[in-house]
Amino acid sequence: MIRFAAASKSYAVDGALVPALHPVDLTIAAGEVFGIIGHSGAGKSTMLRLINLLERPTGGKVFIDGEDVTDAQGADLRRLRSGIGMIFQHFNLLSSRTVADNVAFPLRLQGGTDDAAIAARVDELLDLVGLAAHARKYPAQLSGGQKQRVGIARALASRPSILLCDEATSALDPQTTASVLELLADINRRLGLTIVLITHEMDVVRRVCDRVAVLDAGHVVEQGTVADVFLHPRHATTRRFVAEADHREGRGAEFPGVSGPLFRLSFRGDATYSPLLSSVVRDTGVEYNLLSGRVDRIKDVPYGQLTLAMHGERLDDALAQIRAAGVDIEEVAR
Amino acid sequence: MSPLRTLFPNIDWPEIAQACVDTLLMLGGSLLFTIVLGLPLGVWLFLTARGQLHAKPKLYGVLSLVVNVLRSVPFIILMILLIPVTQAITGVSIGIRGAIVPLVIGAAPFFARLVETALREVDRGVIEASQAMGATTGQIVTRVLLPESRPGLIAATTVTAVALVGYTAMGGIVGAGGLGALAYQYGYNGYKPDYMLVTVALLVVLVQILQSIGDRLVGRYSRR
Repeated sequence: MIRFAAASKSYAVDGALVPALHPVDLTIAAGEVFGIIGHSGAGKSTMLRLINLLERPTGGKVFIDGEDVTDAQGADLRRLRSGIGMIFQHFNLLSSRTVADNVAFPLRLQGGTDDAAIAARVDELLDLVGLAAHARKYPAQLSGGQKQRVGIARALASRPSILLCDEATSALDPQTTASVLELLADINRRLGLTIVLITHEMDVVRRVCDRVAVLDAGHVVEQGTVADVFLHPRHATTRRFVAEADHREGRGAEFPGVSGPLFRLSFRGDATYSPLLSSVVRDTGVEYNLLSGRVDRIKDVPYGQLTLAMHGERLDDALAQIRAAGVDIEEVAR
Repeated sequence: MSPLRTLFPNIDWPEIAQACVDTLLMLGGSLLFTIVLGLPLGVWLFLTARGQLHAKPKLYGVLSLVVNVLRSVPFIILMILLIPVTQAITGVSIGIRGAIVPLVIGAAPFFARLVETALREVDRGVIEASQAMGATTGQIVTRVLLPESRPGLIAATTVTAVALVGYTAMGGIVGAGGLGALAYQYGYNGYKPDYMLVTVALLVVLVQILQSIGDRLVGRYSRR
């Protein structure tokens, strides 16, 4: 478990203190995949680095598994860090070492593991990330996705309980991003380790995260389960991220030539695949126009979001029936 | 008469051979000590620079000033200024042993600066990743910075070795021996152009060999 207790960070710039992260109170549960989303400069990188103290908080405290680590130094700090793996946007592999030696690197740094045990662990990790055939290669001979897999294997070498992902897929193409995210989700399920990832893409959050915090100019403006935040974004920044993920620009409620009230229906779980609209139409005789929509998954949960124009004598009955089925309705225009 | 004798009437070949050995001894000895002193100094410069692992801007300022002063004194002047120091360290002020002290003091700051530059080429992200894995500063230096910058360090050593060849030749003027001394004594002062030609040609060959060894090693260790 990771807990930020009013943790904040300011940097001295030309003698003045500039806040990068305003006091944050946040708890990340053990075993969950937690996303921190924000634009560049929002403070997400700083927030991530407060966890393994690559950045020291200038205010507040950071707890890991109930232990106040804010001021950890020397051997304590190194022990803490060996329990936290980290992967990076630009992979940050040692170019002078082979894939196998990169993965073995953290074990050699910590000492106390003999060569045979290290070799066995490296084989196991390379199998896990699907790179067993590339053990003797150098990073420069690998593709971006393969490099990130080496990064993941390296980060897992010392059996950490937390994995920090610093824009881990931002330098990868969409297909490779998908496979790396799948690997992360798989690791989370199989090893039960806590994953904290930062990203500027809502799609990454939607695919792998359980919960998310939205950072804007150093403030956490919204946090909650991904489904809640994704389907009912409250803050303007969150709305923008969701709109980007949906590939819709603007407010998504401008449909010239369409008259009558517009509604946005958000449903998730089993409701997604039930023939709700057709039964509503049959029962109440309303008519609807489907204007835009998306049916997809948030991690493993199916969800849908439809914008439609609806009219008819028994509109209120229709809305009540939809609500009764557990679907959220938001009137976006009248 | 052999053709060598015809072409180079003045040259005493055994003396040339001895001069080659002397030059190589001076070069080897001074390069060794230049690395022994310059590498840690370069690492120290790197670590204490602003924004680095052990940023100490004032200490860096002092180190940097010392390096700059030593680098800006012309080598010929440095050699003369250092005679008392040389005598204190080696007991002699001339000859091969005597030359090594000023050679090292002239070349080590130069090499240190090249080392600092090579270390700066190491990706900051790799250093950060090592910190995140719990590496100590010592481990970062020995297992990350030095191996990652190996091609740059080899190139720096090559440049320094070539510069030292030039310095050893200058050392010849104040009695250090070696090819430079022959070129100066017989070739220049004694006006024997064949001496000048042979010694300079040998120095060119030496520099070529050093450079090609260096280039080959850089190629072998480059993994980017």
